[in-house]
Amino acid sequence: MYDALADAVERADADGISLGELALRTEAEAGLKTRAEIEATLQRALDVMRSAIQRGDRGDLRSVSGLVGGDAAKLRAPKGPLGGTLFTDVLAGALAVQEVNAAMGVIVAAPTAGGAGVLPGVLLGLGARNQLDDPTLIRGLAVAGLVGAVVAVRASLSGAEGGCQAETGAAAGMAAAAGVEVLGGTPEQIAHAVALTMQGTLGLVCDPLGGLVEVPCVYRNATGGAIALAGIEMALAGVRFPIPVDEVIDTMGEIGRTMDVRYRETAGGGLAATPTGRKLAKERLVELKGRRK
Amino acid sequence: MVSLLDIIGPVMVGPSSSHTAGACRIGLIARGMVGGTPEKAKVELHGSFARTGVGHGTDRAIAGGLMGFAPDDERLRESLELAGAAGLAIEFANTKLRGDHHPNTTRITVTRGTTTATVIGSSLGAGRILITEIDGYPVEITGSYPVLVIVAHDEPGIVAKVSGVLASEENNISTMRVSRRQKGGDAIHIYELDAPASPGAVQRITALPAVKVLRSIDRVA
Repeated sequence: MYDALADAVERADADGISLGELALRTEAEAGLKTRAEIEATLQRALDVMRSAIQRGDRGDLRSVSGLVGGDAAKLRAPKGPLGGTLFTDVLAGALAVQEVNAAMGVIVAAPTAGGAGVLPGVLLGLGARNQLDDPTLIRGLAVAGLVGAVVAVRASLSGAEGGCQAETGAAAGMAAAAGVEVLGGTPEQIAHAVALTMQGTLGLVCDPLGGLVEVPCVYRNATGGAIALAGIEMALAGVRFPIPVDEVIDTMGEIGRTMDVRYRETAGGGLAATPTGRKLAKERLVELKGRRK
Repeated sequence: MVSLLDIIGPVMVGPSSSHTAGACRIGLIARGMVGGTPEKAKVELHGSFARTGVGHGTDRAIAGGLMGFAPDDERLRESLELAGAAGLAIEFANTKLRGDHHPNTTRITVTRGTTTATVIGSSLGAGRILITEIDGYPVEITGSYPVLVIVAHDEPGIVAKVSGVLASEENNISTMRVSRRQKGGDAIHIYELDAPASPGAVQRITALPAVKVLRSIDRVA
């Protein structure tokens, strides 16, 4: 896969194809799997994402610690100013997948399990509203994978290395790319959507209570989806971010490398270190240890 | 090179690609070292695995891997309850491994029949793993390829003999590495292959006089 998004954009434009099509061709050319096998793998990912959203929407799940669950269903009957729009669909989808994840259900890591709600929330939300077919959504997944691969090489996809900007931040960038792809945006618009989205998650710390993928991870997937929608909307309107996307990704990597270890998944700082965060983690972990014996 | 399928995937039981999916894969490799579900397993958790492993289901994921469940198998959630029926007695302990180890690391000692193996593996993130030690030998196994683990007397020509058998059986080697604890003792050979070693290759390599142990383990990722 590419190690600069700018190179991928240039190549797709030169070949007159979408960035999603380029991602699928590039993956097939690498020779590990045929085009048909790649598409079948992505189809399965799409199916698992759909099932996870349906499962989470039922609203009866509780996480392993009991701290999260049941919130996706609330967004399916929303009372706020954006109720019943794509916006609440995206929030609900992201919450649903993360609630399933926290309850040890089956999800697709995209790019990780901790950030797995953002991409299905955005992509399947758009898919349902716009009646997009699966081959189109699969191109969306492919372009999300291409963006994630660039982030993996230039920065990081691990909260322990780069904070939450490397997990839900990267996931939001991937989701923004997928969204612009499936709505028919150009490769260049995709690059701007990723830049506009990821500039909004720079510096985001990884501060989970008790080190568990629950609080704030579940909610941060929903807000990650909201930021991705902002990136998609701006890019399709023709907004161009002045710093090139690859430099935005590099910046995320640089911030991650210099981020204090307390903010990199260790539960040593941020929300995890608040009085309530510590109290909840202590209660729940003691309870869990008791259960194992 | 990063594949887009490494990014969109794996399909897995939550909640953490490193603490759950990666942990399960390390369990699968330990299982492979004894050729099936062990009767006894001691699982020592190091670093972040020790601190937050229980809440992440790391214990359940490793137990499931030892029983042959894949990272996307929903039975991982109930693996500790299923272990008894599978004939697996499993115990967990927290530990501080000596030396330089990734924060998400476990040492698993498994016994099946007369065979025992000790495996140290780390979960690197996004479900990727690296097995760093087998029975005290330094190794590097990613689980992305079928692997042949051989312990053989350290003598000239043994690598040529083993790779000769693999070549004649048309088993293509992707990577290989030989390491030993001391000169003239035993050496461990790790062959990552494009496809699992053929039964003929396994039989012929096992028959080589210098070969003491041979394990053929399928890919786990």
